[in-house]
Amino acid sequence: MAKLKLNFSEPSHVIGVSLLIGGVIFSVYELVHDPDIFVTTLLKSLALGSVYAILALGFVLIFKATEVVNFSQGSIAMIGALFISFMVADENLPIVGFFWEIKNPIYSLGGPEWLMWTLSVLVALCFAAMLGLVIERLAIRPMIGEPLFSVAVITLGLEIVLRGFANDTVKIQYRNINAPWGTGGFKIGSGFVNWSYFAAMIVAAIAFVAVFFFYRSRMGIAMRAVAHDQEAAMAQGINIGKVFAIAWGAGAVLAALGGLFATQPPVRQTGAVDPEVSLVAFRALPAVILGGLDSVQGALIGGLIVGTAEIYAGQYLSGQTAWLGSGYPLIVPYFVMIIGLLVRPYGLFGTPEIRRV
Amino acid sequence: MLELANVEVVYNEVILVLRGLSIEVPDGQIVALLGANGAGKTTALRAISGLLDNHNGEITKGTVTYNGEVINGRKPSDIVLSGITQVMEGRRVFGELTVDENLICGGITIKDRNQTDEAYERVMDLFPRLAERRKQVAGYLSGGEQQMLAIGRALMASPKLLVLDEPSLGLAPKLIEQIRDIIVDINQQGTSVLLIEQNAMMALSIANFGYIMETGKVVMDGDAKKLLADDDVKEFYLGLHGEDGAKKSFKDVKHYRRRKRWAS
Repeated sequence: MAKLKLNFSEPSHVIGVSLLIGGVIFSVYELVHDPDIFVTTLLKSLALGSVYAILALGFVLIFKATEVVNFSQGSIAMIGALFISFMVADENLPIVGFFWEIKNPIYSLGGPEWLMWTLSVLVALCFAAMLGLVIERLAIRPMIGEPLFSVAVITLGLEIVLRGFANDTVKIQYRNINAPWGTGGFKIGSGFVNWSYFAAMIVAAIAFVAVFFFYRSRMGIAMRAVAHDQEAAMAQGINIGKVFAIAWGAGAVLAALGGLFATQPPVRQTGAVDPEVSLVAFRALPAVILGGLDSVQGALIGGLIVGTAEIYAGQYLSGQTAWLGSGYPLIVPYFVMIIGLLVRPYGLFGTPEIRRV
Repeated sequence: MLELANVEVVYNEVILVLRGLSIEVPDGQIVALLGANGAGKTTALRAISGLLDNHNGEITKGTVTYNGEVINGRKPSDIVLSGITQVMEGRRVFGELTVDENLICGGITIKDRNQTDEAYERVMDLFPRLAERRKQVAGYLSGGEQQMLAIGRALMASPKLLVLDEPSLGLAPKLIEQIRDIIVDINQQGTSVLLIEQNAMMALSIANFGYIMETGKVVMDGDAKKLLADDDVKEFYLGLHGEDGAKKSFKDVKHYRRRKRWAS
């Protein structure tokens, strides 16, 4: 990673640094002034950041292999969450379950509730991976060698098609997820912490570690090679179709996980899948772009920064709704992204293209 | 033995680039394929390695056979598995990967870890410079080092036939000599080499046999030593003239006076 050199004649650097210093002073003040609220807000923002990070990792995986920003990530997340809902609430297999009743065999086995739930979610994730593979095979593979812009527009079209399928054909209306941690939580002073916060953080950590090590494996190296130079990768005997398929399968699994947590606090309070879930992926987009589209660490850090900014703005600026409006936390990620990009145009951890001088 | 028989390649369904190219690369030999820009040398390489699809090209006639098996139309990964690897023109190393990771990519088709470990050791022996820079990002290597990396990467698949496309491109004369010696070393370790070059002197000095291409077909072939001594080759490719082989000054080249007026 290239070193960040601060240049104080550059206004964006001044804004960035002063925001950072202001943030630190503010945090210390609030920590002393009202520690309960500060700590619960911190946990909440870490949780939201984790959800964004999971979704961002999905973007990064697909981008790093195919150089395409997958705009259909949102509806894949929603359909993934739908699969999970099918498996655990209706106890019915997804995809085929849309049309026929085929019972989820796991619940008939019996056992502790959380174990059956986890196994069902894993099966649902396999279905999500299959969805990713099918999309890749039908819509992306034929476009190998075509301009990337066309492929990006295809994913945009897929977003609309998949969302239409979920909304109109399956008619998702508040389908339950039945999360084993429930909607409960505990209190710290006057603040409230949901159990789902910790679930999101743990899953994000596992996803991050898994992706991090995947990129050091042979397949991961091949994937990066394909992203760098497709023809040269083919000349080494790397099977491009396989690389694309793995990227899309894994990307869809991460999207589905993101969709699962997008139904839970702190993102949404309902704990159920609804059409709004697909919009959460678009809220994660600033996180990816801020972190650098091709960086795994960037997805994690970008997600955490954006999540933190959004929650803290929501918590501490809530007295200012008169002039900010009530939905202002939603634009905070984009604001952060713009400042970040002004300082580092290729994202915090993104690689500027390597050129020999 | 690699054999191209009457290969015709058409790009975009209209541009005829190879017009019945026939060459042979016997086992254990170095064969040079020479030609000027646009003669179709790189297209010949793509026809061998199965990369024509990427450029909207197609073999319309003729066959490429390797050890008796027809390999045209096969996937590039299958061709690598059958023992032919290539060093692409312009090096094409993966700039964002480290040297080691580049080498792993080269051996990706080989499932047997022991074999890739052996190949890795061999590459490190051949290129001590790469051993020093194992953890460095390939994009920051010098041109010569990148060329070594590209050759090393191709060797990771333990090929029986190595096809090099313009390994001398953009390198200093000293480095070209070094690369030439390495090619000889590789050949002596039992790998046959097809050397596609514009630098005729360098290629013919190490090759056993040479082909000279022009506009998509072979116009001359023969023993490398014979080609080196041939007057036409001397004039067209080596810039030498006359019986004594002296270099000719541009001063003595006959120029035609340009017309001073537009033709009316």
